[in-house]
Amino acid sequence: MGTKTAMSTTMDTEAGMLDYEFMRNAFAAAGIVAVVAGTVGYLLVLRGQTFAGHALAHIGFTGATGAVLLGVPPLWGLVGLTVLGGVGMGAMGERLGQRDVAIGLVLSLALGFGLLFLHFVTGFSTQATALLFGNVLAVEPDTVWALAGLGVVSLGVLGVLGRPLLFASLQPELAEARGVPVRAMGMAFLAVVALTVAACAQIVGVLLVFTLMVGPAAAAQRVVARVGPGVALAAGLALAEAWGGIVLAYWTDWPTSFWIAALSGAAYGVAYAGTALARR
Amino acid sequence: MSAPGNAIELADVRLVLGARTVLGGVTLTVGASEFVGVLGANGAGKTTLMRAVLGLVPPAAGMIRVLGAPARRGNPAIGYMPQGRAGLGALRLCGRAFVASAVDGHRWGLPWPSRTGWREVDRVLDLVGGTALGGRMLSETSGGERQRLLLAQALLGQPRLLLLDEPLISLDPSRAAEVVQLTKRLQLELGITVLFSAHELNPLLGALDRVLYLGGGGAAMGTVDEVITGPVMSRLYGAPIEVVRAAGRVFVMSGDHDVGHGAHLHEDGHEDGHEHDHGH
Repeated sequence: MGTKTAMSTTMDTEAGMLDYEFMRNAFAAAGIVAVVAGTVGYLLVLRGQTFAGHALAHIGFTGATGAVLLGVPPLWGLVGLTVLGGVGMGAMGERLGQRDVAIGLVLSLALGFGLLFLHFVTGFSTQATALLFGNVLAVEPDTVWALAGLGVVSLGVLGVLGRPLLFASLQPELAEARGVPVRAMGMAFLAVVALTVAACAQIVGVLLVFTLMVGPAAAAQRVVARVGPGVALAAGLALAEAWGGIVLAYWTDWPTSFWIAALSGAAYGVAYAGTALARR
Repeated sequence: MSAPGNAIELADVRLVLGARTVLGGVTLTVGASEFVGVLGANGAGKTTLMRAVLGLVPPAAGMIRVLGAPARRGNPAIGYMPQGRAGLGALRLCGRAFVASAVDGHRWGLPWPSRTGWREVDRVLDLVGGTALGGRMLSETSGGERQRLLLAQALLGQPRLLLLDEPLISLDPSRAAEVVQLTKRLQLELGITVLFSAHELNPLLGALDRVLYLGGGGAAMGTVDEVITGPVMSRLYGAPIEVVRAAGRVFVMSGDHDVGHGAHLHEDGHEDGHEHDHGH
């Protein structure tokens, strides 16, 4: 990850780990993103829209490469295009029905354009790897602040819309009858998902946003049957996986995103096996 | 016809979906505390009529009054149970949390009900005999148990009019009979009006006061003996129909076909081959 030389001098204790600014930035960035991703992911899984989240990440790749081509910071390209994509998907309505094909086509098209933009940017291949798989150890302090901003906006919107959004997610027809603007809720939620995806991509890359957005939430829903504890567990798991991934990467010098993905998969596996055994 | 105690009054109402007139020239009155079975083939307008009463489909002509006031969206005096969705059976959420998602669901804020809200949830669960169900995951409940939870949700806020859209769909005969008996008991205990739509008349025979039969863009309302007759059915279907009464049940036949409202079973609510496409 280009940090090995800096790390190999003092890597004895965990206190030593935090002596490096890049490590402090990594913990801060990953912590912020994990809590937001776990929370937003809980609703994403409950609504059965995980594929839409995956597609938004791919659209984000196009946004980021396009931004680099235009000389704009990649994060803003990511945010811009994912939010546009999220609102667009939300406008298509609540019913998922036949949308998988449409979403799949849009994400393929987006990745194709991302590749084209990349082709025009010379010497961009290391940045491309970082975009696709993340590089949390290279996060700048400015990015930490930007992520904090994205996190506050995302959680703030959920704090206001939480109740009608949950209602519209579980019982759209009834919510509509009670006066909830169901389609607007869907659009607002996917805009929040888009912001979260953009933030997540900074940590684990566009290809691995599932590890923080879907893995912890799905594991939490295996174990907990209530909304409040479910959200708390999803956020907690995401945080543990993100920080655990950084610590393991520090010890092994393997990529952080690999460890986060591995921990996320393991947590879901344990939750699944645990509940399956408990039911016997 | 405008008695002050009426639950629903339709005066020369025309309901249009897109370019298609679903119902036209419908005039009828549903009295207070009446149990009305709403029957008719798929596409006859049962759901559209309920959505019109909920204020979700404004009439293209005529006037709809609900509990003495014009139909409007978000009327808290109406309890509504939409047709069950397949996704509910996959939810990793307990019954109590599911019912609770509809408490004050139209208000902004975090999705945790207040203490009063939880009391209301426990009250409606108790009404439908679903207190034990509240602790179980939806993904581990049967179709009949989920209908019970949906009915509980419809009773939140003490409505005076209950609209139940095909609650018997995909239930086996004994579960269907349980749901009808439960609804009848609630109607009598709470003194509320019930509109209960169904594919088949026979499961409702012991419970309903009157029947509202939709077909061919029109409606006929009255007692079973008044409405389920050869001449009335022939007019609604626009084809010669015979009605046969046997063993306390009623069979509606077209030539040698049973048109789908006899005593035989429909599985999973699929459109059956003998469903008549009529009226357009």
